[in-house]
Amino acid sequence: MANEKRVLLEYADQIDPRKAEDYIKVGGYKGLEKARSMNRRDLIEEVKKSGLRGRGGAGFNAGMKWSFVPQYADTKYVVCNFDEGEPGTYKDRIICEKNAQALLEGMAICATAIDSKQGYIYCRGEYPFMVKLLNDAVQSAKASGALGDFDIEIRMGAGAYVCGEETALIESIEGHRGEPRFKPPFPGVSGLWSQPTVVNNVETFACLPYILTNGADWFAGIGAASYPGTKVITLTGDIENPTYFEVPTDYLLRDVIYKLGGGIKDGKKFKAVQVGGTSGAFIPEQNLDTPIDFDSMAAIGASLGSGAVLVLDESRDIVDVVTRISKFFEHESCGKCNPCREGTWRCREIMERINAGKACPEDIEKLTVLSRVMKNAALCGLGQAAPIPIDSTLKYFKQEYSCKLITL
Amino acid sequence: MTEYQVIIDGCKNLKGGIIEAFHALQDKYNYIPAEALREAARQFGVSEAEAYGVATFYSYLAVEKRGRYVIRMCESAPCHVAGADELLKEIETALGIKTGETTADGKFTLELAQCVGQCQATPVITINSQPYFNVTKEKLKEILADCK
Ligand SMILES: Cc1cc2nc3c(=O)[nH]c(=O)nc-3n(C[C@H](O)[C@H](O)[C@H](O)COP(=O)(O)O)c2cc1C
Ligand code: SF4
Ligand code: FES
Repeated sequence: MANEKRVLLEYADQIDPRKAEDYIKVGGYKGLEKARSMNRRDLIEEVKKSGLRGRGGAGFNAGMKWSFVPQYADTKYVVCNFDEGEPGTYKDRIICEKNAQALLEGMAICATAIDSKQGYIYCRGEYPFMVKLLNDAVQSAKASGALGDFDIEIRMGAGAYVCGEETALIESIEGHRGEPRFKPPFPGVSGLWSQPTVVNNVETFACLPYILTNGADWFAGIGAASYPGTKVITLTGDIENPTYFEVPTDYLLRDVIYKLGGGIKDGKKFKAVQVGGTSGAFIPEQNLDTPIDFDSMAAIGASLGSGAVLVLDESRDIVDVVTRISKFFEHESCGKCNPCREGTWRCREIMERINAGKACPEDIEKLTVLSRVMKNAALCGLGQAAPIPIDSTLKYFKQEYSCKLITL
Repeated sequence: MTEYQVIIDGCKNLKGGIIEAFHALQDKYNYIPAEALREAARQFGVSEAEAYGVATFYSYLAVEKRGRYVIRMCESAPCHVAGADELLKEIETALGIKTGETTADGKFTLELAQCVGQCQATPVITINSQPYFNVTKEKLKEILADCK
């Protein structure tokens, strides 16, 4: 695709992701070699300088995160977040299917920076075939000698969206219920089995080999200045080309939909787009000329999140879609804290009543108050983000709610 | 050793690996039998209550007996707009059961799932973890007929 910029996916379908030799032939494991020749501080500085920010949703500077890991600890862990539970998202699967060795190399680079000997990949339970692929990939990388004494173990999630939250993920690897922990302490200081742990997303790790090989300045020069690099995005919904793309981060949302996506399916008109997966905001037509990077999205009250892009055409019933989304959050709330456990239940209940034409204007007011409480008082990002689809559609598509209300 | 013990023993060296043991059990039986759960608790040194708490936390794991073919229908937003609700009704009619139930012959169990990460080809169902893409009423017939 002419409009894409492929870095992570440059050799997609040309190399076997299982085979380290294939990857080495196209320049693989050079970044790790370079990382190993640097001292720890310089390596972290280089990653900081590249401006690489987390691709799992929170957008935290990767080098900065690594710098919090205390040097004195004997054991440190590198954990890859491959839980990928955000509906509409499958980019981490694509990255692994096309270029798994880059993920392994990225984890080994991180291990070099924080002096870790053990890595874990937490792969969602719905991807058993990916566990096989990753096990083969690790075996091949180990056999080639590229990973040195750094070991990587694959662990499987079991269908809990909240386990994508880094502390819940850690609980799950430890064999517990996946309930988020109170923070601080952050995982960088006390994570897996209470040891310093870096948790990064698949895509974040997979960027690292290219940063080390081509230099921090090269990476910092791609895309948006404050969130540089490329982003793998996945298009779903009423779109002509429902597939994945890798684009520079200053790519316009409108071009994602109309150039890469080929426009709205069946020649219909655009109604709304939800970026960042099910916890993202719905964006109306007037905001489409926004670059997809983290800060530009935040500026219009949206979020890049995982890079999922759900397009809805003019015929779609927004209230119905948001009702379904509220059911998702009720189902996925882990129940540890009250604002989310009760809040997601109430949101779903009120949304269902609105959708069924059985609610009145006061219900909208209650929903608004509830949303404020959840955003402020929920323990983790799940409960905090759950009302965003509701809020954003109340803001831009109020009419669709109003016409379903009973007015006395 | 019983069969349960052998399976669980295979995961024993994984620190905190009780969830891996549950996966291994479920691969074999399609659910985690009560006796196996007790054995896993014993081998991993946690109480039965805790092991049960873990198993029931995760929607991918089941502690009730299920059919030989576990059908999961994705109901997340992208599949929803692609007609997941209608497809679910088709499946219920074809199998003569409601969501959450198992057919009388013990062949099929029907469950709902949230996004299974195959949203390039909605709506999606999985049967024993194998995904099926762009499922239509016609395709569904073939897919079910292939479950022998
Ligand atoms: C409810 C919830 C679900 C999340 N799911 C994921 C996920 O599936 N994958 C992911 O990489 N990060 C997910 N995150 C973000 C992680 O907590 C964490 O920020 C991320 O793994 C850090 O990696 P990064 O800095 O490389 O993005 C989730 C957060 C929350 C609150
Ligand atoms: S916000 Fe929701 S998911 Fe997060 S800890 Fe509270 S109950 Fe659990
Ligand atoms: S939304 Fe159904 S597979 Fe992702």
